[in-house]
Amino acid sequence: MAERSIEPDTPELRARWGQFAWTQGWADKAKAAIARYPEGRQRSAVMALLDYAQRQVGEETNTQGWLPIPVIEFVARELSMPVIRVLEVATFYTMFNLVPVGRYHVQVCGTTPCMLRGSDDIIATCEKRGMHHGHTTKDGLWTFTEVECMGNCASAPMVQINDDNYEDLTPERMDAILDALARGEQPKTGTQEPGRHTVEPAGALSTLTAMVDENHDYRGEWA
Amino acid sequence: MSLADKDRIFTNVYGYQPWNLAAAQARGDWDNTKDLIARGRDAIIQEMKDSGLRGRGGAGFPTGMKWSFMPKEPPKDAAGNPKPSFLVINADESEPGSCKDREIIRHDPHKLIEGALVAGFAMNARAAYIYIRGEYIREAETLFAAVQEAYDAGLLGKNAAGSGYDYDVFVHRGAGAYICGEETAMIESLEGKKGQPRLKPPFPAGAGLYGCPTTVNNVESIAVAPTILRRGASWFSSFGAENNRGTKLFQISGHVNRPCVVEEAMSIPFSELIEKHCGGIRGGKDNLLAVIPGGSSVPLVPAAQIWDAPMDFDGLKAVGSGLGTAAVIVMDKSTDIVRAISRISYFYKHESCGQCTPCREGTGWMWRVMERLRTGEAHVEEIDMLQQVTKQVEGHTICALGDAAAWPIQGLIKHFRPEIERRIEERLGGLREAAE
Repeated sequence: MAERSIEPDTPELRARWGQFAWTQGWADKAKAAIARYPEGRQRSAVMALLDYAQRQVGEETNTQGWLPIPVIEFVARELSMPVIRVLEVATFYTMFNLVPVGRYHVQVCGTTPCMLRGSDDIIATCEKRGMHHGHTTKDGLWTFTEVECMGNCASAPMVQINDDNYEDLTPERMDAILDALARGEQPKTGTQEPGRHTVEPAGALSTLTAMVDENHDYRGEWA
Repeated sequence: MSLADKDRIFTNVYGYQPWNLAAAQARGDWDNTKDLIARGRDAIIQEMKDSGLRGRGGAGFPTGMKWSFMPKEPPKDAAGNPKPSFLVINADESEPGSCKDREIIRHDPHKLIEGALVAGFAMNARAAYIYIRGEYIREAETLFAAVQEAYDAGLLGKNAAGSGYDYDVFVHRGAGAYICGEETAMIESLEGKKGQPRLKPPFPAGAGLYGCPTTVNNVESIAVAPTILRRGASWFSSFGAENNRGTKLFQISGHVNRPCVVEEAMSIPFSELIEKHCGGIRGGKDNLLAVIPGGSSVPLVPAAQIWDAPMDFDGLKAVGSGLGTAAVIVMDKSTDIVRAISRISYFYKHESCGQCTPCREGTGWMWRVMERLRTGEAHVEEIDMLQQVTKQVEGHTICALGDAAAWPIQGLIKHFRPEIERRIEERLGGLREAAE
């Protein structure tokens, strides 16, 4: 099991987050999420609401966002759930941050397919910049986590930073991405391999060549 | 003979063209879906059975047969009202090495959504929930938008695609738990709980989501269904060996010259798959050490045995492994093979849901021993002890995560025991030298 613990419940935490409520945009999204499930099954929306709450906290703190206990209590009230049931969900799923995080959550995949393609070097690149697993840098810019397989194995190694993936990394490419983010720029997402589009064999497309330049309809060739 | 482009189902798998509805329709998706549905439930299920399609999520259970397990007459609830049925589509792609459903979702989502309608109709479902892993953030954005397009075009909702059938498709995002790819854990998670697998029976077809009849299918299994129905069972079953029919998305990662995702005919020999699409093994054929052919939970296969093996369920079973999700992890001779497997052991330790003691305690224990074997800081007897413990975890847990944690280690011990012993001996030799 993943090792996780929650931020202590303190008077300061209550003072900061005790009045948490949706902004209009997130309230609309929460309502739409609840509507995806049958009448009386609103609890099914708990993961969606925790995600939205984390994102709203992120907007308010200029970070990726996290889930203070009073915010978890708020979600429980929204769904008429016991707080402990919501807390169980928040602690079970690793995408919910249980402690404050930085502006950018740098999540480098270290599982075997990425490891075989050099994720050790990508992790070392992060560590050289003062990041280490499970911690946030003093300037509040980076939180670093080595994560488990992210499903980008054919374009490994990869990192997910907040909502975007950067694939086919080398230490130089990783440095360039982090430098750009630190400057407030948005680097190109997806593969970093020059000339590669997504997960095709790089530089030597072996199938579906007709698709590159036109939206080819193969039905005319069906026997 | 290899698969021709005209026989590939996922023609936009690389995303050279837009994913949107207009582009998908121009490629042949949502083409008179009403007619497919008009064939009726039994005809659709029979066609799927005849096609020989086996589930693409790893277990390889025949898809048509799975659909046929759904009740023809809905069971009644306590108040005597008929219960709805649900289709749950497993897009929680988290098995290390697997990265195919992501490409379907972000580049060809309408194949999945059309499949959701056809499959849902065939099993008399009220709605489909597509459970997409939380880390697929941009992919989920595409999927939400594609579903909305389908609603706006009248392809979903009341009288879906003009079929007279009312049907909804909802997207549900996970939040980072591998175990939710297990079908009953997925159902728990959909209900807003921790994703801990349920005991079976009851099976989901009897009592699944909200206690209602439910079928859980992999993304690829659902997304290929409309094309199978259009082109016919005999077309699909013309590819692959007996009992292993059809085309399949292979995902090749690790030490090949060009890692990629590619759709090929089932039963293609490993060597052909690698030579044709991946530019061969890094450093040449002789540099190949071993392959994990079906995602992290299947045992590795040494180079000599994998080279000519057909990439299908039976062919890989014959070499002591399995096709799984067709996630092919290639390792050349530069690989620290003990570390490669130990990292997988760490993965399972991290992802154990904690419900069953053999898995909760065993995955951590096995990883710690694996780490000592990696550095040689162990005794030779501990190799057998580890083997025994894997046997005590395997088959003694509610779900297959315990098995998945045990098999890679068993594969390592079976094929690379001399390497493990060498490390222990080397360290002991070092100690002896230091003592002299």
